[in-house]
Amino acid sequence: MKGKPLVSIISAGLSKFGKLEGLYAREIFAEAAKEAYDRCPNLDPKKDVKALFVGHMGEAYEHQGHTGATVADWAGLLHIPATRTENACASSGAALRAGIFAVLSGLCEVVMVGGVEKMTHRTTPEVTEFLAMASDFPFEQWHGITFPGLYALMATAHMHKYGTTEEQLAMVAVKNHHNGFLNPKAHMQREITLEKALSSRVIAWPLKLYDCSLITDGASCLIIAKPEIAKKYTDMPVHIIGSGQASDSIGLYERESLTSLIAAKIAAKQAYDMAGVKAGEIDIAEVHDCFTIAEIIAYEDLGFCKVGEGGKLIGSGETRLEGRLPVNTSGGLKSKGHPVGATGTAQAYELYLQLTEQAEKRQVKDTKMGLAHNVGGSGATATVHIFKRGV
Amino acid sequence: MSEQTSFNIEQFYKHINQGKLMGGKCKRCGEIHLPPRPLCAKCFSKDFEWVDVPQRGKLLSYTIIHVAPPQFQQMVPYAVGIIQLERGLKIPGMIRDVEHEKIRIGMKLAINFDTSAVQSQWPQWPRYYFKPC
Repeated sequence: MKGKPLVSIISAGLSKFGKLEGLYAREIFAEAAKEAYDRCPNLDPKKDVKALFVGHMGEAYEHQGHTGATVADWAGLLHIPATRTENACASSGAALRAGIFAVLSGLCEVVMVGGVEKMTHRTTPEVTEFLAMASDFPFEQWHGITFPGLYALMATAHMHKYGTTEEQLAMVAVKNHHNGFLNPKAHMQREITLEKALSSRVIAWPLKLYDCSLITDGASCLIIAKPEIAKKYTDMPVHIIGSGQASDSIGLYERESLTSLIAAKIAAKQAYDMAGVKAGEIDIAEVHDCFTIAEIIAYEDLGFCKVGEGGKLIGSGETRLEGRLPVNTSGGLKSKGHPVGATGTAQAYELYLQLTEQAEKRQVKDTKMGLAHNVGGSGATATVHIFKRGV
Repeated sequence: MSEQTSFNIEQFYKHINQGKLMGGKCKRCGEIHLPPRPLCAKCFSKDFEWVDVPQRGKLLSYTIIHVAPPQFQQMVPYAVGIIQLERGLKIPGMIRDVEHEKIRIGMKLAINFDTSAVQSQWPQWPRYYFKPC
């Protein structure tokens, strides 16, 4: 059973990521849906798509909840069962998993999963407050601990325990900005220097502006199908062969470790075991770099390097586009942007492009196996999915 | 619910208002919950007693916040950390009355209570903070 496709991705769509002035979440989602329809001419969306799961974190941004029905209608899928999943920044990783369950249940053969967030019309303090809602209110938010603050606590602890440096953190930003520079849909298509990253203003020491992901508008979606019928729709399916999800205490302070996300480690183990794949067999990965330290911790939690050696791995250059294991070829949350609800399926979109050789300027050669790591909040939720080229 | 059975966050902050840091100790398995909970996450018992939690501990990690939500904007930059109390319990909070450059992982801190700014609207919680001791 190991390595058997759970579902197959038959199409995918991504809106432009960035400051999409004058556009509402539902309208941005429609842009992603349209791309997915256009990529798959054999799909009749109204007839074939039997359910929608959409990740969306915050109704505060647009004063709009009830996202499932809203975006289903705007995607031209009126009347299908549509459900919002909310797991903070892992909302669409959870939507993907819900879609996999729907297909595996036998109830639906074709499902749309995706995510959306509209953020840039609000002020930075407002966004800071809304994002903090993904953390513990009575003990973290109440005492002024922000979201960057939580990852800064992890960074300080990692630096103290393993000798990780601010330069190594900045190297994650430089790498991901280089990749985002090659991605026409990225929010910030701009190369940055190490010096620029290190001299940017402090947000939550030791994290500076360029250690933080962007406040971005965007939407993403995938069309997933029962593997047996995928060929009806496309000659180039991408199979999902492993899926894991785990949770942890909402408060960072309650957790076993400040330098590792236990939920991510559990989710990764589940996904690797299901896929029958080891970390060393992964050719390409999209990891949740909401802050630069998060990518370094992800390397360790996913088994890409030994515990404590994440800083060394970024320094080695092996995770660059031309390296042994390219990570965040899309530019990551750092440069492509982080419309929180859209991020999980946006990672899957990038792997879909890479594994079907449609990633243009940032295409990595000969990739067979990809991994996506999507984290909610400061690590109270994590999902990990493993993708395999279908042909 | 009688006060004796209210092992919850509301009651935790009522104790803070009285200058007390208290956790809920499970009478069955002995686990101390900080903050207190109505259901023991270890053994599912609902039988608790209040215990004083050590008010001193050491700093596990910290950060200096420069960008804050609107209600904290006037305080930036400020320090926050996670403090390991003497019996292994952990609690986050602000670190005050110390120059930021002098904050170090492992430094000894003690809790202080600030009940001056309790609001009339929810949540009517006081605040606590840590300072060197």
